Amino acid sequence: MNNRDFALPKLSLRFFPIWQRHWLVWKKIAAPSILGHLADPVIYMLGLGYGLGSLLPTMGGMSYMAFLAAGTVCYSTMNSASFEALYSGFARMHEQRTWEAILNTPVSLDDVVLSEILWAATKSLMSGAAVLAVIWVLGLSHSLMSLWMIPLALLIGLAFASLGLIMTALAPAYDFFMYYFTLVITPMMLLCGVFFPVTQLPESMQVVAGVLPLTHAIDLARPLMGGAIPPQALLHIGVLLAYTLVAFYVSLVLFRRRLSR
Amino acid sequence: MNPVIRAKGLQKSYGGQRVVDGLDLSIGKGECCGLLGPNGAGKTTTLRMLLGLIAPDAGTAMLLDLPVPQAAREARIRVGVVPQMDNLDPDFTVAENLLVYGRYFGMRDSEIEARIPSLLEFASLTNKRDAKVPTLSGGMKRRLTLARALVNDPDVIFLDEPTTGLDPQARHLIWQRLRELTQQGKTLLLTTHFMDEAERLCHRLAVLDNGKLISQGTPRELIEQNIEPQVVEVFGETSGQWAGEHAARYSQRFEVSGESVFCYVKDAQPLVAHLQGQSALRYLHRPANLEDVFLKLTGREMRE
Repeated sequence: MNNRDFALPKLSLRFFPIWQRHWLVWKKIAAPSILGHLADPVIYMLGLGYGLGSLLPTMGGMSYMAFLAAGTVCYSTMNSASFEALYSGFARMHEQRTWEAILNTPVSLDDVVLSEILWAATKSLMSGAAVLAVIWVLGLSHSLMSLWMIPLALLIGLAFASLGLIMTALAPAYDFFMYYFTLVITPMMLLCGVFFPVTQLPESMQVVAGVLPLTHAIDLARPLMGGAIPPQALLHIGVLLAYTLVAFYVSLVLFRRRLSR
Repeated sequence: MNPVIRAKGLQKSYGGQRVVDGLDLSIGKGECCGLLGPNGAGKTTTLRMLLGLIAPDAGTAMLLDLPVPQAAREARIRVGVVPQMDNLDPDFTVAENLLVYGRYFGMRDSEIEARIPSLLEFASLTNKRDAKVPTLSGGMKRRLTLARALVNDPDVIFLDEPTTGLDPQARHLIWQRLRELTQQGKTLLLTTHFMDEAERLCHRLAVLDNGKLISQGTPRELIEQNIEPQVVEVFGETSGQWAGEHAARYSQRFEVSGESVFCYVKDAQPLVAHLQGQSALRYLHRPANLEDVFLKLTGREMRE
């Protein structure tokens, strides 16, 4: 235990060359990556949207497909940031020792962790924008308000990247991430209003859903897609920001302890 | 002139075990200093403390007149590091690895691009400029790692086992390059398990064991101060029995290791004459070297 481990993050612009590095790697695999961003969410949206949507007249005052569209943007941005922070982040920290190489330069661990979060959020931004484009093409959203989905995708990305990095900091190996996906990510996908309104759940489960970050993301996304200003928007933004800041700090402390050997 | 690297009473423990224990070290400009020691002696931990990557539990360290870890970031602007295990970017080409790494030092792209040709030439990788890292041989990867450590034109270079796992040709090329760097006035601090490497490259050696500095000096001084000048190695099935009966009479000191007996002597003549009469035994007479010193100082038992 060391007091230095608990120091507040010292941020600097030196994170940027690391972000540039990740971007350069991504550019080399851009085509399969964009396909990956699109395939899974679009298949979910179309499959469930047509299949289940034909049985349901409307949901939450809109067509089921439109209802699902807002949830899909949120969960696919959640997934992109999570996969990037967990699997790719772990590869860079542990397997490829990229972090070790970077830390031998005048760049600090705080910069490295910040760059991981910003890069994973960048992936969310790309994935959110890709899904949004499909939604427009399918005519599921007509409002310019839906452009606010782009900054929202970034915010969702920041929150889930920071949360995911806590797991990366604790992970002994890749297998460990299964816990996070089965115990955290999948429950959120099912409880936070992606496929049906949270109000359909029993009261106790609604309370649980109410503290989960994806619920707040979807509460912002669905009105925006329909062209309305989300009720209690500041509260939802505040919750997502709080998740980001607290998780960033916790993950940084854990990384400092892990890498101080 | 102030030493380039200075450590006083450095101490570090992990889980109650002291890994570095009161280490004092001072390295002057242009010097090539070797840290020797068995596995777990504290070499890598020492390097990491001197680089300011980990904070010592006690003691102080100065790197290029800056206190570390407090001012490690400023100090590392003028430092290059060759790590023990390769951590090149596998997704990038040779040139991209250099470009991306230079950016971490805050260098402009144009500035790095201008340096790349001479770095590639130094590493004998000019024709591999656009090759991807996974296609390089072990020796090429090591040379690229060395070139990468020079991207910021550092004054001090830390090398953690720079030639481990390389074939003799690749090692000799690395040695030649490291000598060129010392001739340019760069300060080198390296760890190694290879005594021939230490003997050839280093002006000065520091032997670590159990986190303590147990001896230091030039390679020649270490040999002269610690060991008899001549060694006669005796082999054969009956060498153990022979050692029990005769070794003490003919040598100042001897050690039995399996079917070999190492006899350390000031004058080898009487022993060699005696061995010529022993038909069941073979022997090798040679001058004492650094490996003898190392084994004497740190013992023959295996370290895991």
